Amino acid sequence: MSTPDDKTKGVSAETGGEEAVASFKGVDEKEQGEGPGGFIVLFFIIGFVASLIIGWVIFPKLLYSQKRQPVDFNHVLHVETVDNGCESCHIFREDGSYAGVPKLAQCADCHQEVQGDSPQEKIFVEEYVAKEKEVPWLVYSKQPDCVFFSHTVHVKLAGMDCVTCHGPIGESTSLKPYEENRLTGYSRDIWGKSMTGIKKNSWDRMKMDDCAECHEKETGRKSSVQTDKDACFVCHK
Amino acid sequence: MKIDRRCFLSLGIGGAAGLALSPIPWKLADDSAIWTQMWPWTPVPADGEATYVKSACTLCPGGCGISVRKIDNRAVKIEGMEGHPVNDGGICLLGLSGLQLLYGPNRVKTPLKRAGERGEGKWVKITWEEAISEVAKKLGDIKEKGESNSVACISGSDKGTVPALFKRFLSVFGSPNFMRMPSIQDSYEIANNISLGFIAQTGFDLEHAGFILSFGSGLIEGWGSPVRMIRANSSWRKAGIKVVQVEPRLSNSAAKADKWIPVNPGTEYALALGLAHVIIRKSLYRNDFVHAGASGFIRFRDLVLSNYSPDSVEKITGIKKETIEALAVDFARSERPVAICGRGQGKSQGSLGEVMAVQALNVLVGNINKEGGVFAVNDPAYIAWPAYQSDAVGAAGIKKERIDGAGSGKYGFAKSLTNRFAGAVNSGSPVSLLFVLESNPVYSLPDTKDVKDAFKKIPFIVSFSSFMDETALNSDIILPNHVYLERYEDVPATAGLSKPVVSLARPVVSPQFNTKHAGDVILLIAKEVGSPVADAFPWKDYQTCLEGTAGDKWKILNKEGFSSDPAFTAQVVNISPGRFDLSGGVADLSILFTPVNSEEDSKAYPLFLLPYDSFRIANGYIGTPPFVIKTVEDTVLKGKDILVEINPATARANGLSAGSYATLKTPKGSARVKVHLFEGIMPGLVAMPRGLGHTAYDNYLAGKGINVNELIGTVEDPASGLDAAWGIRANLIKA
Ligand code: SF4
Repeated sequence: MSTPDDKTKGVSAETGGEEAVASFKGVDEKEQGEGPGGFIVLFFIIGFVASLIIGWVIFPKLLYSQKRQPVDFNHVLHVETVDNGCESCHIFREDGSYAGVPKLAQCADCHQEVQGDSPQEKIFVEEYVAKEKEVPWLVYSKQPDCVFFSHTVHVKLAGMDCVTCHGPIGESTSLKPYEENRLTGYSRDIWGKSMTGIKKNSWDRMKMDDCAECHEKETGRKSSVQTDKDACFVCHK
Repeated sequence: MKIDRRCFLSLGIGGAAGLALSPIPWKLADDSAIWTQMWPWTPVPADGEATYVKSACTLCPGGCGISVRKIDNRAVKIEGMEGHPVNDGGICLLGLSGLQLLYGPNRVKTPLKRAGERGEGKWVKITWEEAISEVAKKLGDIKEKGESNSVACISGSDKGTVPALFKRFLSVFGSPNFMRMPSIQDSYEIANNISLGFIAQTGFDLEHAGFILSFGSGLIEGWGSPVRMIRANSSWRKAGIKVVQVEPRLSNSAAKADKWIPVNPGTEYALALGLAHVIIRKSLYRNDFVHAGASGFIRFRDLVLSNYSPDSVEKITGIKKETIEALAVDFARSERPVAICGRGQGKSQGSLGEVMAVQALNVLVGNINKEGGVFAVNDPAYIAWPAYQSDAVGAAGIKKERIDGAGSGKYGFAKSLTNRFAGAVNSGSPVSLLFVLESNPVYSLPDTKDVKDAFKKIPFIVSFSSFMDETALNSDIILPNHVYLERYEDVPATAGLSKPVVSLARPVVSPQFNTKHAGDVILLIAKEVGSPVADAFPWKDYQTCLEGTAGDKWKILNKEGFSSDPAFTAQVVNISPGRFDLSGGVADLSILFTPVNSEEDSKAYPLFLLPYDSFRIANGYIGTPPFVIKTVEDTVLKGKDILVEINPATARANGLSAGSYATLKTPKGSARVKVHLFEGIMPGLVAMPRGLGHTAYDNYLAGKGINVNELIGTVEDPASGLDAAWGIRANLIKA
């Protein structure tokens, strides 16, 4: 059932439609005679596609430099030989603070001498252990200096797994290249491998929103972490 | 169909559309935010393991214990050591800033030999072996000529093993000329020597005192052991202990006191005698304390009763006689009253009469040798090394008179009179080689020109300074010492403490540069010089010497960081009542109490320049670190201009106004200064802070203000040889 109003609308819409078609045709004819109509579309597409390629393919290559770790490292091999999982080497100090990447002295406990015939091991012992030089490891998960993060609170108190944030790095047999953001100097792993910022796993990104997401879920708070009282200063001291 | 402008427009639009759908704008926006928040060139402290190292601060004679926080191998913060008997967790501004001395740009990084003219700042780097053999060769030549006594050493302190090694070196070598930088300790030592018959420090149990009468001492401005004094001051506040400050200028100490009594500068001794007069006249003194030494007391009594009535003292000091009467009664009737002297931080000596008069007050009220009172404290007893053998030249040399005259003739009561050093050298006493240890005499002795002239006359100067200070700049060879955070050393704190403490400085970090412990260097020089000097130093290195010297206390020192065991640290001498001889061995008491004034023309110089000490400006061996200089008020230092304090009345009389520039003239020199009007200074005085006007050091310190030592001179106290100057005649002329 239609009301008179509806009819009026329908008619006027129809009329409008015809007019639009007519005028479009008009333009088309006119352009075809003397204008570069096809080229315009083509150029639009070229521009569009080119910048998509630049943005999605070339830009990431330009933005991130690829660096090799000073020595390669096999996590699987090491996890097999220790009793206490990640914490065997990534220790918590006596005062509760987290030590992060092991110091040379820890490694040297076992690696005074070259074991096996891995060339990487040879480099490690000769260049670092023998010279008592700390290995300048590149830390994939290093947060900017303005972020205060306590491993103790997350691991010891909240009982979180290393994997939740760091992924299955313990299952890797070699170290992936470290991709450094040329602008900020931080690791690519903070933003995440995917340029879209979309993550599949909890460890794919380590931006503030990712912290917030988990905090919201775990604490059941509706409001975002940022708007909570004192919230900023919990992590940004 | 042809390609025209619109195609390119379309290309641009397509590009823009594609760009919007690419990560470039969004990612770049985020990255630039991170970039601008954390500029990559902003230094970020490295993360690491936090540890603490217990050590001791040597930046002033205070002897505080410190606890240094480290992240991995880097020292990041100095804190006061909890439980340390001197400072119990407290720390001062200077102590807190010690890391800037450790890591700062002014370190001497390797041994240096002068290449250009003295003071020109041209150096060549040499090895330690070259440096040591060069010094040893010079010493050898001097000895060959039989002039061993022309070797001298100026040290910042004479306590502890390192100064003791230097002193021992000089002694075996054949020179009596081991000097320490002048301070009020010299005056207390002489006063004790006269009134007790032996050289000792004076210690004060100020924490338990019941009334504090301070004759210009900067109670909270660095007198004695500064952190301890600040703590004592708070405890007085809490307990309602009365503090009276007698001083021509409203210093911070005066402002915090219960009562400030402005006094004509240099007449503090007369006030003390006036108080003694009232105390004796009203029989408020402790009989048992003064009577056993009766003869001395009677002479003293007669002198003060006849010459120092409140009436006459009012004329000398400018203090109303009623005030004098009331103060004397207040002081004598209080429980455990203590009188102390030593102007400001006690870096100047003052006249002997002043110390004797102030000590007399303590003796009169009998507050000696008991809780809340005054003690005689011997030098630390733990340094007991075997006797040494010297050769004929050495034995003859050590018997010669000291360059500064201390210990002989009319200076017989004194141990060290470094204030006389420059004058003696300039008037012909030969010094052929000078060691300078942990001190900066070219900067911090009064009458800079005189000191510089003296230095010019010394053919070979060896500086052990860790820093390129004014003295190091004026030396021939620099053998840089580790700074205190890099070395082991015993640190006896005796500055005004009634219970001395010996702390252990120990390396917080490993040496940052090619420096060597001065203790090791003097051992190496001794070895190179050969027998018999070498034989007097049987230790392999300084560490062995230190551990051996500390003996069974080493363990405790190492574990706790300090020892306050009286058997080890220093002997507090038991003084029986009456032991103090108020007039001492001085035959003519009136000489003791004759005011010493410079005789300059009062017309040309109608005003007096008064140096003062500030807690925020270091004025000894250590130059004020950047953190500390930042805290200096702009009424003291503005840009590069130094401000002098004058009373508004003085300003009016001299046509000056606040902030105007003026030329400050004294018989010693002149300087351009800015004027700060201050009601808290007596008219006729011009006050200037010590510790500014460095020509050496970094850009934070060099060239800021004027070194007041360039404008003042020394005035010898005829009774003791001490430098009795408290200021100098001056004029302030509008620039
Ligand atoms: S008072 Fe003296 S010893 Fe104590 S922390 Fe300050 S500078 Fe160091």
